[in-house]
Amino acid sequence: MTSKPKLPDYLLMQSSTVKDRFERLKQRPVTLEVNNLVKVFDTPQGDVTALQAINFTVHRREFVCVVGASGCGKSTLVRILAGLETPSAGTIRLNGAAVEGPGPDRGMVFQGYTLFPWLTVKQNVMFGLRCTGHSRYTAEQDALQWIDLVGLNRFADSYPHQLSGGMKQRVAIARALANQPKVLLMDEPFGALDAQTRARMQAYLLEIWQNIDITVVFITHDLDEAVYLADRILVLKANPGEVQEMIEVPVPHPRTPAQFLSAEFLATKRRLEELIHPPVTVTEDADRLNMVRMVAVDDAVGSVF
Amino acid sequence: MAVKKWFAIRKTLQPQARMAVSVTSFLLPLLIWSLVSYVPFLWHPKVEVVTPGDVSYFTEGMLVDRPLFEKEKQTVIEAGGVTPRGVRANPIYLPAPHEVVTAFYTAFTTEPKRRSEKWLHESLWESVQVIFWGFLLSSLIGVPLGILAGTYDFFSRLFEPFIEFFRYLPAPAFGALAVAILGIHHAPKIAIIFIGTFFQQVLVIANTTRQLDPALLEAAQTLGAKNRALLFRVVVPGILPELYRDMRILLGWAWTYLIVAELIGSSSGITWFITQQARYKNFENVFAAIVMIGIIGLATDMIMAWCGRRLFPWQQQAGGAGK
Repeated sequence: MTSKPKLPDYLLMQSSTVKDRFERLKQRPVTLEVNNLVKVFDTPQGDVTALQAINFTVHRREFVCVVGASGCGKSTLVRILAGLETPSAGTIRLNGAAVEGPGPDRGMVFQGYTLFPWLTVKQNVMFGLRCTGHSRYTAEQDALQWIDLVGLNRFADSYPHQLSGGMKQRVAIARALANQPKVLLMDEPFGALDAQTRARMQAYLLEIWQNIDITVVFITHDLDEAVYLADRILVLKANPGEVQEMIEVPVPHPRTPAQFLSAEFLATKRRLEELIHPPVTVTEDADRLNMVRMVAVDDAVGSVF
Repeated sequence: MAVKKWFAIRKTLQPQARMAVSVTSFLLPLLIWSLVSYVPFLWHPKVEVVTPGDVSYFTEGMLVDRPLFEKEKQTVIEAGGVTPRGVRANPIYLPAPHEVVTAFYTAFTTEPKRRSEKWLHESLWESVQVIFWGFLLSSLIGVPLGILAGTYDFFSRLFEPFIEFFRYLPAPAFGALAVAILGIHHAPKIAIIFIGTFFQQVLVIANTTRQLDPALLEAAQTLGAKNRALLFRVVVPGILPELYRDMRILLGWAWTYLIVAELIGSSSGITWFITQQARYKNFENVFAAIVMIGIIGLATDMIMAWCGRRLFPWQQQAGGAGK
C-alpha cells in the first residue's frame, strides 16, 4: 500500500494477446452484477458482518475464481449468489434482472457432493429437468447427453454410493449444467478430492467451460487452482469480507498444467500470497509452539538435519 | 490371541463366528432353563407325591413344599405308618422345555373346552388383526403428520407440544373410555394400540425427517425444485429408508400394547388364551403362547428387514464406499 503508483508485476507481465483478450472480455455483456452486497449475521455474540459492500461484475462466459483467507465470507458470497442466503443489503442482477431466492438459472456444485442417494446417476441428472417442467422422455434424452459429456455413460444406472469422489462430482456438474443455467456457482467443488483426481477434474472443467455457454464463479482456497482456472480472481479480505483486489490473470489461454511453472503463473501466485497471507508485522507469541528438545544429546540420530 | 480375536473392539467377527454367537444368544437362556428343569438338585423346591402313604391329605401327583413333605414323612415314620414317596419337582408355573415344545403342537390341536370358545389359531389371528388395524390406522395419520412436523416449523409448533404432553398418558388409562365409546369388541382394542403407537410415531418420524441432510434440499432448490417438489421429491424419498426402520421399531412397540389392549372389554385373542390356560394351570400352554408372540414379532421384523434391503438398494454400504 505504501508504493501506490507501482503496478503489481503480474500486470506488467500481461502479454499483448492477454491484454487484447481482456479488452474483448470486458466488451462482452455483463452476466452477473453484484452491487453493494452486505451480509450481517445475527449471532448470540452480536451482529457479525460477513460481507461488506461487495461490488463486482462478471461477463458472459467468464471464469471468475474467488479466493480469500478462511472466514472471509467466500462461501457466504456464493450462497447469496445461489439464493440460499438472503443479503442484508445490496442487489444481485443476472442479465439485468434482480434475483431473489434459489432458481434453476444459477446452477450450483457443492463441496459435499449432495447427489440424491436414492436416485441413479441418470435420475440425478434428470432431477432439475423434471423440476423445470420437461417431460420424462426429453429429460431422459438430455440427461443421457450430459452424462455422456462428462464421460459417465457406463454408470448411468449406478447409484451415487457406487461411484468414486471424482465421478460423483462429475455427476454433480452434469446435474447442474443440465438445466442450462446462465451461471455455474461452485463452492470448493474439488476440496475433498485427492491431488491427482483434483488435477483431472480441473482439466475436465476447463474443457467443459470452453465448449458451453456458461459463466463460472468458482470458490477455492487453493491458489494454484485459482490461477490455473480463472480469467480473473476476486480476492476477498477477512473481517469484514471486502473485495481486496480483482486480479486479471496474465497466464495465456488455453491453459495446460505445464504453465504451473511459467513466470506469469508464479508472479500471479506471489501476488495472491501477498494479499492473502500478508507478512506478519507483530510477532504473535500466542501462535508459537512451546517446543523443547526431547531427544537425548548423545542419541544415535541426534539431529534430523 | 484367540481371546483377542473374539473381543476386538468395534471389529466385525468372522461370519461363522457371528452365526455361532447369534445362536448362542438363544441357546444360553434355553440352557439355563433346561438346567433348572432337568437337574433336580439345582432348584426343585417342591415334591411331587408319588404314593401318599399314610398322610391323609396327600393325593397322587400333588405338589407340596419340600420341608412340609419331610415333616409329614417324619410324623408318619414316628407313628409307624406307611411312608409317603415323592420326587423333587419344580413349581407348576415352571414347565420343562420339552413340555412347552409339546404344548406348541397340542395347543393347536386341543379342542376348546366350550363351544363358544376359540381355537388357538383363531385367537392368534384375532390378535394379529388387532395389531394390524391399530398400526395401520396410526400410520395412515401419524406418518404424514410426522413428515409435515419435521419439514415445516409451523406444523412442528402446531402438533408437537400437544403430542409431547399426550404421549405421557399411558394408553391403558383410556381403556374404560374406549369401551364406553367404542363398545366391547375389537374397536376399543384397536384404539388402545392406536393411542400407544400414534403419539410416539409422530414424534419419532418428525425427528427422522429433521435428520435429512439440509444440503440435499439446497441442492434441489438450486435445481429449480419448489415447495411441493421439495417435499415429495426430496424429503419423502430422502427419509424413506429411515422411515421404514422407524416403522419396524414402532411395530415392535405396538405388540407390547397388545396384551393390555386385549384385556379391555371382553378379553380376546392370544391374551384370552393365556389367561384361560393359566386358570386351568396349563402353564406349558401359557409359555408356548408367549413364545409364539415373540416368534411372530421377530419373524415379522426379519421379513420387513429382508424387504427393506430390496426396497432400498442405495442403502447398501451407503457412506462406506469411497468419498
